[in-house]
This record gives sequence, C-alpha cells and structure tokens, in this order.
Amino acid sequence: MRQVSLELDSQKFYVLRGENGAGKSTLLRMIAGLSEPTEGRILIYGLKNKEAFSRMGYMAHAPLLYDELTGMENLRFFAELYGITSDQPLMEAMQRVGLDPGLKRRVGQYSQGMRQRLSLARAIFHSPRLLLLDEPFSNVDPDSALQIAKLLAVMRDEGATIMLVTHQTGLLSNVADEYILMSRGELADRGAMQRVHA
Amino acid sequence: MSAGVVRLTAVNLRKDVRLEWRSRDVFNSMLFFALLVVVVFSYVFDASAEEARRMMGGLIWIAFLFSTTMALNQSWARELRNGVLDAYRVSPSPPEALFLGKTIGNFIFVLLLECLMAPLFVIFYNLRALGNVWLLLPIFLLGTWALVVNGTFFAAMSIRTRSRELMLPLLLLPISIPAVLMMVTATSAVLTGEGSPVPQIKFLAGYCVIFSTVCLLLFDTVLNAE
Repeated sequence: MRQVSLELDSQKFYVLRGENGAGKSTLLRMIAGLSEPTEGRILIYGLKNKEAFSRMGYMAHAPLLYDELTGMENLRFFAELYGITSDQPLMEAMQRVGLDPGLKRRVGQYSQGMRQRLSLARAIFHSPRLLLLDEPFSNVDPDSALQIAKLLAVMRDEGATIMLVTHQTGLLSNVADEYILMSRGELADRGAMQRVHA
Repeated sequence: MSAGVVRLTAVNLRKDVRLEWRSRDVFNSMLFFALLVVVVFSYVFDASAEEARRMMGGLIWIAFLFSTTMALNQSWARELRNGVLDAYRVSPSPPEALFLGKTIGNFIFVLLLECLMAPLFVIFYNLRALGNVWLLLPIFLLGTWALVVNGTFFAAMSIRTRSRELMLPLLLLPISIPAVLMMVTATSAVLTGEGSPVPQIKFLAGYCVIFSTVCLLLFDTVLNAE
C-alpha cells in the first residue's frame, strides 16, 4: 500500500474495485485492524480501529467459522465475545441471510454458499456501524447474491457504512453509492457507482 | 483479572472442550503417542521393579512431554482452519481470555491423558511407590501446567510458521528443561522413597507463576504478529 488517504462518509455503501493484487483485501484488513500500516493511522468514528471492534463487522475470503459447530453454536460463541447472550439477534441475523436458525447440521457439512451466508450473519449479528466485506458473493448462486446485495442496502439504510470488495460490480450498480478503484497499492479513482456501468 | 476476562475465558474453554469432544483431534494424537511410548519401552527395558522405579520418573515425563507437544499444535491448528483466529482478533474480546481458555483446555486434556496412562505405567512396569504417593498430585498438577502454559504460548507463536511441527519443540524444550528436571527428580524421589520432593515442588510452583505471568503479558503481541 502506498499513500492511501481515504475518508468515508457514514451510512454510505462503498465498493472497492481493482485488479488482483491491487491491495483491496490488504486495505480491508488494515481497516479491520488485522494488519498494521507502516505509517499513518486509521480512525473509525473518531476511534483507533482497535478501539472500535464492537462497532465493526468483518467478513473475509475464508468463512471464519468452526466446522465442528452448528451455525447457531458458531454465532453464540462469537456473540459472547461481543457480550451478547441472547439468541434473538443471532436468529434474526440468520433469517436475514436466508438461513434456518434451527438447522442442526455442523458447518463442515454446509455448502460453500451456506457458509458464505453464515459468515455474513457472523459479521452482522451485532448490528455493526461499519461493515467490511471481502468478496461476499463468491460461491453464492446469482439469486442469493442479489438477495445479499439487497440486504446490504437495507443495512446501509438502517445506518451502517459498508465497504465491500468484489469483482461482481454489476450486482451492486443500483445498490452501492460509490466505488473506490485501487491499482498497485494506490487509490486510482473514486466516484459515483453509476459511472462504473455508464 | 477482570470479571470480563474470567467470563470470556470460560466461553473459550467451553468452546474448546466442545470442539475436542466432537473432533477428538488433540486427545487421540496424545493418547496414541503415549501408548506407543509405554508399550515400546516396556519391551526395550526388561526392568525389575527396583530399576523401573529409578527410571520411571524420566520415562513418564518424556511420554507426557512429547504427547503434549504433538497435541498443542493441533489445538491451535483448528483456530487457523477457516481463518477463525481473525474473527477473534476483530472482536472486542481480550487476548488473555483466548490464551487462558486454551491453556486450561489443554491442561484438562493432558491431565485426562495422565489419569488414563497412570494405571498402564503401573501394570507394564510393575510399579509401586515407596514414598508418599500423595505428593505425586502436586508434582503432576504443577508439572503439567508448566508444560501446557509454555506449550500453548509457543504453539501460538509457531503455528503460522511453515515448519511448525519442528518449531514448537525447538522453542518449548529448551525453556522447559528446568521444569522437566524438577518433575523427573521429584517423581523419582516419590517412587524410590529416597529424599524429599518438596524443594522441587516449590521450584515448580515458582516456575508456573513466572511463566504464566510472562506468557499472559506477551500473548497479545504473539496473537497480532503478522
């Protein structure tokens, strides 16, 4: 990453674009606090990123789930890390991503698409104000991808700021507000989402 | 230690016990290795009861040391599978809770192994302690904690290296030597009835306190190292 200076408005939906190796996932990991920048600082609602963990939701390439646990068991474990002990927000998160909270199957037996949905549920159950998503549509069928895109738009309307890495920008042309284009570790362009498909 | 850390330690411990109950990754690898050591050494050494008492302290702890080493990598490997550790790192939960939960979990698994293996050592080596057998309790509790607390810490450090199976023993064994020497001499003292194991037990207690504190203080750095 080189000379990346970026300010995001709250309650907006950003799409991070760029060729493979442009630094999109690295930027997302830095904002999430998983990688340290060599210089500079990252502030989220005025707080250092490591002080804002409870306001942030992160979904990575990998599902970040235990294969040996069921979907609800996974969510219950992560919810307790956030101090949430009620099942209600977890069941709501599962229903929002189109999964049955009563499903007894372990995650190891889920399809790739189901894992992806559960991973999204894990990132949103605590109603984060900043949602960072790395390729949430990979391995998801087109109908489900559209459903997820609509859910993200609803979350943006409910107050969340969303930053999403994807190559499937067509799905988001009517949903996202702005795109940010990265190239070789630098910010190359930024603009309204309509410009991408104009 | 805050109430939040204690609660989250219990959350992590419960999760680790549940994962182990369902996969048995850690326990099976430890049990298989310890069984091999007991059986193979019983054929290698045609020991009388007296000889067995003298060498058994070393043999018991070698079996448990290497079994533990094998298991510790497994206990962290499940956190790397599917990148779950990253989900923990972006949560507001303190790193100490993860470390303590995992250390206590590993401690329970190794103690369980020791309880299962103890009768086998007695049967295969015709073993009978001549000293105060109850002193084996603090020796095993402190000795196991000493192995597990350092092992869990160094396994977390080596898990993201390419040759982690080699790295863990390279880091763990040198730092465990003083504790292992004390465990072996204290166990031998109880089995042979020659000398008191109390000084070694005191040493082990001090060792556990020092290394538990150091590992807890440094774990945040290890967890967030890229």
